[in-house]
Amino acid sequence: MSTIDLTLQIWRQKNSDSLGNLQTYTLTGISTDMSFLEMLDVLNEKLTKEGKDPVAFDHDCREGICGMCGSVINGIAHGPEKETTLCQLHMRNFKTGDILVVEPFRSRAFPIRKDLIVDRSAFDRIIQSGGYVSVNTGGTPDGNAIPIPAETAELAMDAAACIGCGACVAACPNGAAMLFTSAKISQLCLLPQGKVERKARALAMVKIMDEEGFGNCSNERECEAVCPKGISIRNIARMNREFIAAALFEG
Amino acid sequence: MELTSRTPSGPLAEKWDNHRFANKLVNPANRRKYKIIVVGTGLAGASASATLAEQGYQVHTFCIQDSPRRAHSIAAQGGINAAKNYQNDGDSIHRLFYDTIKGGDFRAREANVYRLAQVSNNIIDQCVAQGVPFAREYGGTLANRSFGGAQVSRTFYARGQTGQQLLLGAYSALSRQIHKGGVKMYPRREMMDLVIVDGRARGIVTRNLINGTLENHTADAVILATGGYGNAYFLSTNAMASNVTASWRAYKQGAGFANPCFVQIHPTCIPVHGDYQSKLTLMSESLRNDGRVWVPLAAGDKRAPSTIPEAERDYFLEKKYPSFGNLVPRDVASRNAKEQCDQGKGVGSTGLAVYLDFGDAIKRDSQETILKKYGNLFQMYEKITAGNPLNEPMMIYPAVHYTMGGLWVDYDLMTTIPGLFALGECNFSDHGANRLGASALMQGLADGYFVISTSIAHYMGTTKLDAVSITDPHFLSIQKNVGDRLHRLLRNSNGSPTGKVTVDEIHKELGKLLWNNCGMARNRQGLEEALEKIPGIRETFWDKVYIPGTGSELNQSLERAGRVADFLEFGEIMVRDALTREESCGCHLREESQTEENEAKRDDANFSHVSVWEYKGDEETPVLHKEPLTFEFVTPSQRSYK
Ligand SMILES: Cc1cc2nc3c(=O)[nH]c(=O)nc-3n(C[C@H](O)[C@H](O)[C@H](O)COP(=O)(O)OP(=O)(O)OC[C@H]3O[C@@H](n4cnc5c(N)ncnc54)[C@H](O)[C@@H]3O)c2cc1C
Ligand code: SF4
Ligand code: FES
Repeated sequence: MSTIDLTLQIWRQKNSDSLGNLQTYTLTGISTDMSFLEMLDVLNEKLTKEGKDPVAFDHDCREGICGMCGSVINGIAHGPEKETTLCQLHMRNFKTGDILVVEPFRSRAFPIRKDLIVDRSAFDRIIQSGGYVSVNTGGTPDGNAIPIPAETAELAMDAAACIGCGACVAACPNGAAMLFTSAKISQLCLLPQGKVERKARALAMVKIMDEEGFGNCSNERECEAVCPKGISIRNIARMNREFIAAALFEG
Repeated sequence: MELTSRTPSGPLAEKWDNHRFANKLVNPANRRKYKIIVVGTGLAGASASATLAEQGYQVHTFCIQDSPRRAHSIAAQGGINAAKNYQNDGDSIHRLFYDTIKGGDFRAREANVYRLAQVSNNIIDQCVAQGVPFAREYGGTLANRSFGGAQVSRTFYARGQTGQQLLLGAYSALSRQIHKGGVKMYPRREMMDLVIVDGRARGIVTRNLINGTLENHTADAVILATGGYGNAYFLSTNAMASNVTASWRAYKQGAGFANPCFVQIHPTCIPVHGDYQSKLTLMSESLRNDGRVWVPLAAGDKRAPSTIPEAERDYFLEKKYPSFGNLVPRDVASRNAKEQCDQGKGVGSTGLAVYLDFGDAIKRDSQETILKKYGNLFQMYEKITAGNPLNEPMMIYPAVHYTMGGLWVDYDLMTTIPGLFALGECNFSDHGANRLGASALMQGLADGYFVISTSIAHYMGTTKLDAVSITDPHFLSIQKNVGDRLHRLLRNSNGSPTGKVTVDEIHKELGKLLWNNCGMARNRQGLEEALEKIPGIRETFWDKVYIPGTGSELNQSLERAGRVADFLEFGEIMVRDALTREESCGCHLREESQTEENEAKRDDANFSHVSVWEYKGDEETPVLHKEPLTFEFVTPSQRSYK
């Protein structure tokens, strides 16, 4: 088993109302088989034993699917490995002597709650404004009643794979939530079930996105570069088309 | 404790219809007068919340995560079963029912399982209508794959992310209701206790995880959909926040807990690599279709796998089970792997792993074919372990995966506490002593979308409830207990941590004990030893646990401590339950109950029942009640995989 020694500079902030700063910690003998979060567990166990406050960070599945984890490592959301969430990033990506600066996902729309934990409830409110097909439980037609070409289903699935982690927002110089919102709009406008409400949906979701304080897209493509699920910015183009079509129709 | 299952009369296929007809209804205008609390937003909780709100009830929903979309259900990979028979390969509601009850080793109620199979088809229709992007054939129809324990192809899937897509479907329905005002959503809240007034569930006390405030919430009925307790073992494939707290609090307030010792251990997980390990990752079972499982013949052989000649390898599953070979069921594969490791034949740096070798399959079918089937799994494996299964055998080891036990419920999914319902993995209802692959998602959604609304209507239609308020003495006293308990947890935290223990240290100790003594193979001696040791671990925990910070802020150590405190109590009834179940069945082998060929021996004469535990006080031994299981429509058969 190989091990490495690291210096960590981690954002510490007591709560939303207090000011935060970076604090330095050193860790030795970190197994390269550990995940990044297991490395933070080791740090926290050490801090606890020293009577200090452990670093608060969000996580749950530790399999790259719940979208709960995420921090900015040396300026890159979810760290250096492509298409990987922080929980699936392994320490073999680093070497002895590395200095890792660990910061929360920052955005006007994501207030910091403590240390690396941010409030991403704005994402939920975007979905609540229209990220669904308005069907009640029961009385739906047979699953095979409407054939859907395999390719369409695959494209919809590509977009539906978004885990709502917020890395795209943290990476965007404008703090835009375009990639996230467009992924849901795309999934639903591609499928026949979602077509009925496509106009109202595009208008409502884009409106809330603006109200929540997310910025605008200026084609930097930073979102796509950090997205752990490989969500393509083609979805943003699709969302823009949906929005324009809906706005013209309304106007 | 009375265990009235309320199983409807009549032929199996008509029971659910009869029941729905016999149950009372609440007219649409009156529904808004009732307030329902739902704890949990996994498949079961999210689908129940949305459905009840659509029908007009006032729903208040709670979850631990920052968003309802992140519940543990999100991680399910393989798929969801339904009896659509789209493949025209002989499937039917009756066959899905039969496979599920047989898979559960005849330890579930016939009527419940049949209903599950009946509503399975509605689930698929519902999800398609929501825009769940299931895999499709080129002609545009829904695709299916086959899964363990079935000879038909009935599993619907969305890549390897079926749980995610189904949960996002339920979450979208929930979000729509939040927007409409039908559901009030409380994320980052943990239910700390249940409040009972006049013998009925009337509310909960929660802790706001952001600022530590304790809050009282009243309701006319409380639904728990809080998932399974696999994390009692510390290491499992469950999400980190999965816990037994909500069910355990309900148990301590009088709800019967059924079959706590029924735990499923999955054979193909990535092995443990060190003490720092926080959870285990599941690798799909489908790998056993082409991989050959082996260990070196000689104990302690540490050579690299490629240098071990064929004659010195032990393909133990193929040798012992010539007809099923590497495809024996989960429990048999798991048990044999552990047995090999216990004999010192385990591989890898920890000796706790066996090989799963694709060498022969690659020779036979070409690298390309194998990659096409398993490419994404190989990638995932490589990411975690840095090993490439194309060049060297994979290493796998069993891990705790799913808990069949849970709160006892009747046919209406109501616990022994009137007004308290349990849905999804946190109840015991449908999987007996073993769950078939792709059936948990089906059950969670069946309970939430299609079963619970009938039960709620019946309960409201037959019960007269007085108004309660959050300042009633019942609420105040439960809240005070919760506060006192948090204080007790924090009392060692004044002063230095020297000589104290951390929450994780205790959790690991408990987990190891349960894994070794109450895992896939158990015996009286080991179980009695565990029963003796648990109180000591619990004592160390309460006397010495050091938790930094306070209770009035975001404090993740305190959250974990509360959950571990409950696992420490819960572990004991798991072990007690295992002790009294002196038969092998479903997922576990009771070593004293084996056939001459060392296979699991079920004992229908003495154990064809659900074991239900009743709390009698912290200092008292819990009391065991039995709900007899009778089989009118199927004949229990013994399994054989030789
Ligand atoms: C890796 C993996 C793969 C799987 N794959 C499959 C598969 O392919 N097919 C299949 O059918 N099954 C599969 N399963 C099983 C299946 O995923 C689960 O059984 C199912 O999702 C459980 O759903 P649930 O709604 O009952 O609970 P969960 O999804 O566990 O949700 C529990 C909810 O309760 C909340 N909660 C818990 N305690 C509290 C509390 N005290 N206060 C407030 N909220 C609380 C949580 O926040 C969460 O919202 C898999 C399981 C795992 C671990
Ligand atoms: S689009 Fe990608 S980066 Fe953005 S929330 Fe979804 S998964 Fe995360
Ligand atoms: S913890 Fe779930 S995605 Fe990382």
